[in-house]
Amino acid sequence: MSLNHIMPVKFALPDLGENIESGDVIRILVAVGDRLAEDQTVIELETDKAVIEVPSSVDGTVTEILVQQGDTIAVGQPILEVEAGEAPAVEETPPAVEEAPPAPVPAEEPAPTPIPPASVVEEAPSVPTPISTDGPVPAAPSTRRLAREIGVDIAQVQGTGPGGRISIDDVKAHSKKLHAARGAAPAVAVPLPDFSQWGAVERQPMTKVREITAERLAQAWATIPQVTQFDKADITSLEKWRAEYGKKAETAGGKLTPTAILIKVLGIALKVFPQFNASIDIAQREVVYKRYFHIGIAVDTPHGLLVPVVRDVDQKNIIELAVELSALAQKTRERKIGPADMQGGSMTISNVGTMGGTAFTPIVNLPEVAILGVARSQVEPAYIDGQFQPRTFLPLSLSYDHRLIDGADGARFLRWVCTALEDPFIALLEG
Amino acid sequence: MDKAQLAVIGGGPGGYVAAFKAADLGLDVALIDPEAHPGGVCLYRGCIPSKSLLHISKLLYEAKEAEHWGIQFAEPEIDLDKLRSWKDEVVAKMTQGLGQLVRARKLTYVQGRARFVDPHTLQIDQADGRQGSLQFEHAILATGSRPAVPALFDQPSDRIMDSTGAVALHDIPPSMLVVGGGIIGMELGQVYAALGTQVSVVEMLPGLIPPADRDLVKPLHNTAAERFDEIMLNTQVTALAETDDGLAVQLQNSDGQSFSKTYAKILLAVGRVPNSEDLGLEHTVVGLDGRGYVQVDDQLRTAEPSIFAIGDLVGAALAHTAAHQGSLAAEVVAGHEKQVFAPHAIPNVVYTDPEIAWCGLTEEEAKEQDRSVEVVRFPWSASGRASTQGANDGLTKLLIDPQTDRILGVGIAGSGAGELIAEGVLAVEMAALAADIQHSIHPHPTLSETLMEAAESHYGQSTHLYAPKRR
Ligand SMILES: Cc1cc2nc3c(=O)[nH]c(=O)nc-3n(C[C@H](O)[C@H](O)[C@H](O)COP(=O)(O)OP(=O)(O)OC[C@H]3O[C@@H](n4cnc5c(N)ncnc54)[C@H](O)[C@@H]3O)c2cc1C
Repeated sequence: MSLNHIMPVKFALPDLGENIESGDVIRILVAVGDRLAEDQTVIELETDKAVIEVPSSVDGTVTEILVQQGDTIAVGQPILEVEAGEAPAVEETPPAVEEAPPAPVPAEEPAPTPIPPASVVEEAPSVPTPISTDGPVPAAPSTRRLAREIGVDIAQVQGTGPGGRISIDDVKAHSKKLHAARGAAPAVAVPLPDFSQWGAVERQPMTKVREITAERLAQAWATIPQVTQFDKADITSLEKWRAEYGKKAETAGGKLTPTAILIKVLGIALKVFPQFNASIDIAQREVVYKRYFHIGIAVDTPHGLLVPVVRDVDQKNIIELAVELSALAQKTRERKIGPADMQGGSMTISNVGTMGGTAFTPIVNLPEVAILGVARSQVEPAYIDGQFQPRTFLPLSLSYDHRLIDGADGARFLRWVCTALEDPFIALLEG
Repeated sequence: MDKAQLAVIGGGPGGYVAAFKAADLGLDVALIDPEAHPGGVCLYRGCIPSKSLLHISKLLYEAKEAEHWGIQFAEPEIDLDKLRSWKDEVVAKMTQGLGQLVRARKLTYVQGRARFVDPHTLQIDQADGRQGSLQFEHAILATGSRPAVPALFDQPSDRIMDSTGAVALHDIPPSMLVVGGGIIGMELGQVYAALGTQVSVVEMLPGLIPPADRDLVKPLHNTAAERFDEIMLNTQVTALAETDDGLAVQLQNSDGQSFSKTYAKILLAVGRVPNSEDLGLEHTVVGLDGRGYVQVDDQLRTAEPSIFAIGDLVGAALAHTAAHQGSLAAEVVAGHEKQVFAPHAIPNVVYTDPEIAWCGLTEEEAKEQDRSVEVVRFPWSASGRASTQGANDGLTKLLIDPQTDRILGVGIAGSGAGELIAEGVLAVEMAALAADIQHSIHPHPTLSETLMEAAESHYGQSTHLYAPKRR
C-alpha cells in the first residue's frame, strides 16, 4: 500500500465486496499504542451477510481509534489513525496481495509484513490441488454456510485439515486472497482535464446500471481477445412465414419477432457447436461446457442496457419463446427483474435492427464466449438463376472469444446460423 | 382481505417448521392446514402413531423372547380400544403442543384448505364454512403426500386399507397381505404380526426395503421370515376379488407362475403421491415433474418467484428432510439469500425389529457411481452390548474414502440403529475421518462402540474382532 511514513494516516473501512455498504462494529481488536501490521485484523464487523474480520491495509503504530463498539460504519469511513513507524517508505507499490504461504499470520506477530514485489501481483490465487477427486466437499455444515454467505465457492478452497478438511479459517483465508486479487486490478482511471476551461459542464453520478456496465465491459474488453465476423442471411421466405404466422403468436400473447426466431436457432446452433456454449476457467486451465441452453437478450431500457436470460430455449417452441420474450422484455423495461434473471446465459443476442445500421461489433458478455449482433434487414438485389431478384437480407455480426474459438469455427457457426434462417429444415436435421 | 408476509400452506413437519422459523426470523406468518393443530401426516397418521405401535410390537416380541432366558409370560391379552386410545393420546398431546407453540409465536393459524387465485393471493375454504382470502408476499407450499392407490386396488372395500387405515387400528384381522415390502409396509406388517395377524408380504422387486444395502436388510429379512407367514419377492398382485371370507388375490411371480390366496385384509403400501392437485397452481407458473412433484431449485424456489415448495410435495419422503427444507426456505424468504439445501447425509431409518439405518453413500450407490470405497464391517456378534440384549445378528459398517480415510457413508442394522445413525450423520457432515471416530472414546458397554471398532478395523485389527490379514 502506498503510505506516508511521517504523517499519520487514516485507515478507512475498505470495500468488502458482495455489495456490502456498511456494518456494525462488534469488536475492536487493537488499542492505541499497538503496533499494527498489515493484514492484521482490526475490527470485527457484522454485516447483513456475515461477520467479517477487517484486515488492516497499513502498518504502523495506532495513534487514535475513531470508532466505537456498536457503531454502524460505512465503507470509506475512517476506523483508525496510524503513525507509520520504521516501515520502509514506498511510493507507488501496487495493492498488497496475500503472500503465497496459506498459513494465516498470527495477529500478535510483530514483524512488519514485507511489501510484496510487483511481480507477486501477477500471481493468480494458487490453484487448489483437490485432495479427493469427487464426493461431497470435506467441510462441516457451518463452514459450508459461511462460505455461501460470503460468496466463496467452497469447492475452490484448499483445506488444511486432515484429509483435506476445510475449516472456517481456510474459507476466510481464501476470501481474503480473493479480495486482494480483486483489489489488484483497479478500474483504470485516466486523468481528466478540467473541462470547464472550454465551457459549461455538469456532473452527474453514474447510475448503478451504468457503473456495472462500465465495469463489465472494460473487464470483457481487457480480458477477451475478440474477433467479429459478418455475414448476411437471406430471410425473404422467413419474412413471408413470419407475416403468415405472426397472428398465431399474437393470439398466444407474444410477438413473432426475428429475435424470437433467432433465440430458437441459436439454441440449436449451440448444440451443433458446443464450444460456443462454454466458458473459460483460466485459473484452472479448464473449459466449462454447459449442458443447458439459455440465451441472453440485450434490452434497451430507460435505465440502461440490461440483459435478461431466456432459459432452456431448446425445450420451448418459437411461439412459446415469442410469448416469453415479450413478457420478459416488458418486465425488464419496468425493472422488475432481479440479478438472478440476468445470470447464467449461454450466449447473448443484441438486436439493434429497429434502430438501424448495417453492421456493428458487439462485445462478448463475459463469462460467455460469443455474442450475436443483429442489424437492420434490407432489400438488396441478389443474382439468382441468371437474374437479379429483390431479396431481404439480415446482417449478422458474431463476436467471439478468440482464446477458445478459432476463426474457421466462427465463420462456420455464423454461416450455419444464416443457413438455418434461410432453410429452417437444416436446423431440424442437425439440432 | 387479510395479509401476511409469508403464507405457509400445509402444517406437516415441513410446513410448521417453516412457519415457526420464519416467525422467529421476524416475519409475519400465516399457517394454513385443515386440522385444528399442525402436525400433518407425520403426527396424525405417519411417524408418530406408527412408532407408538412399533414400540408395543417390540415389547410383545421381547416378552416372548424372554422365554429363552428363563422368563415365561402368559400369552398377552390385547385391549384394542385401550391401545388405540393410548396411541391417539400420544398424537393429541403432540399436536396440541404444536398448537401451543403456534399461539406462543403469535402466528396466524387458519384451519382450512388453501388454493392460489394468483401468485400473491390465496383463497381459503375455512373449516368453519367461511371463505377467506389472504394476500401474501411469499408462500411456502407444504401440502405433503398421500398413499398411492394403483387402479387394481381402487375399489370400495373395507378389506383394503392404506397406511392411514392401518394406524387407525380398527381391528386385528386374522390374516393380512401387505402389498409392498418397503419401509411403511414392513413397519406396519410387523405391528399387525405382533398383535396376532398372520401377515404375508408381496414385493415386486427381488428384496425387501429396496433402497438399502442388502447386508443391512438381511437381519430384518430373517426375523420377518420367522414372524410372517410368507415373504413373496419378485411377485406382483395381478387380480383381486372380494369373497365372503376375504379377498381372493391373484399373484404372479417373475417366472410367470400364477397362484391364488385369500386374505382377510390387504394393507396397501406401494408408495406415496404428492398432493399437487387442487392447489390452483394453474394460476401460477409453478412447474410439476412427470410424477406430479413440484419442481424446485436448491433454495426450494419454484418457477414462480413468490412461491417456494418443500417436503413430500417435492419428493422429500422423510419428515426430517421436510423440516430442514422448511427451515431453509424460511431463511431464504427472510433474506438469507445465499443459503441452499445441500446436505451431505440424510438419515434413513426403518423402525422395524431389528432396525435398519443408513446415511450418506451406500455400497449400492458407490457401485453405480463406480466410486472406489473401502467398506469395513463390524458384526454385532463381537459386541458385548449386543450380547447382553440378544441382538447379535446386527451389523455396523462404514464406507470410507481410501485416499483420505474420510467417512462417506454409514450403515447399521440392529436394535437401536435409528438412534446410532445420528453419529454417522455427524461424521459424514463434518467430513470426519475414520481416525476421528476411532479415537473418540465411546461409552462401554454400548452399541455405539460398534462404530468405533469398525473405524478401528479400518487401520488394522479392532479390539474385539480379529480378522486374518486381508490382502
Ligand atoms: C405410516 C407412515 C410412517 C412414516 N414414518 C416416518 C418416519 O418414521 N420418519 C420419517 O421421517 N418419515 C416418516 N413418514 C413420512 C412423513 O410422514 C412425511 O415425510 C412427512 O409427513 C412429510 O411432511 P410434509 O410437511 O411434507 O407433509 P405432510 O406431513 O404430508 O403434511 C401436509 C399437510 O398439508 C395439508 N394440506 C394438503 N393440502 C392442503 C391445502 N390445500 N391447504 C392447506 N393444507 C393442505 C395436509 O392436510 C397435511 O396436514 C411416514 C409416513 C407414513 C405414511
